[in-house]
Amino acid sequence: MSATQLKVGDRIVHKEFPEITRHRLALYCGASGDHNPIHVDLDFARKAGFPDVFSHGMLVMAYLGQALTDAVAPPRIRSFSTRFVAITQLGAKLTCEGTVAELLEHNGEKRARLALTTKDQTGEIKLAGEAIIAL
Amino acid sequence: MVDQSAVGREFTPVTARVEPGRLRFFLDTLGERNPVYRDENAVRSAGYAAPPVPPTYLFCLEMMDATIPFEFLSALDIDLARVLHGEQRFDYFAPVVVGDVLTFRPRVASVTEKKGGAMTLIVVETGVTNQDGAHMANVSRTVVVRNPRPS
Repeated sequence: MSATQLKVGDRIVHKEFPEITRHRLALYCGASGDHNPIHVDLDFARKAGFPDVFSHGMLVMAYLGQALTDAVAPPRIRSFSTRFVAITQLGAKLTCEGTVAELLEHNGEKRARLALTTKDQTGEIKLAGEAIIAL
Repeated sequence: MVDQSAVGREFTPVTARVEPGRLRFFLDTLGERNPVYRDENAVRSAGYAAPPVPPTYLFCLEMMDATIPFEFLSALDIDLARVLHGEQRFDYFAPVVVGDVLTFRPRVASVTEKKGGAMTLIVVETGVTNQDGAHMANVSRTVVVRNPRPS
């Protein structure tokens, strides 16, 4: 990927993921070390005021990171950030996308700022973020 | 309710080794098939001595090896059931690879009240160094505390 190839508006990140299941949340609980019961224990979630368990935000961000590193080699990523805009429910089928928002230079390194989103199958935005990548 | 007195508070440092088996479980859980994380030739051609970790994995390493789970919550007397993840940021200074031994040093960077005290935003910033003392990354998490209504 070179600076001459990329231009603002290019969509370089796009990936769709299988629906979020209880099984996936249980696996992620163990794989990530995030043992917050609100994501796997229905009784706990209800007591906390939620109708059901829901996805770890970081599982959704991990999917967005996966979509990102499909397009950009990991050592080129300088920063990666997101806002968790809405809770991701069971059954959500997520699509992660990223477009070039800006071309910039930092200490002589040519970089791009990517605007990133994760949406569910209804088009609702779950995560909105950005990544700075070296070109 | 957490107030400004929490700003600057530091928590127990966490030391975590990047273990191949644990990393494989993470990759499998996410359906991650990118050869850059698994295939030796792909790893070498990407310029790594060992497989790199995915972009969000630093967050997991700190949680997996914390001796006191969710310490920043218990130390600040916050109920886990009242917390949501608001924002997350990673700044990468050098690639973390399998075999690295990382030290995470978390501290409270800011506390902000929202909606007339209905919510409190707490930013915890964590510097990450490796076995040689090199500064590998900064990790910043914003948690949203849904405060109970005053009775």
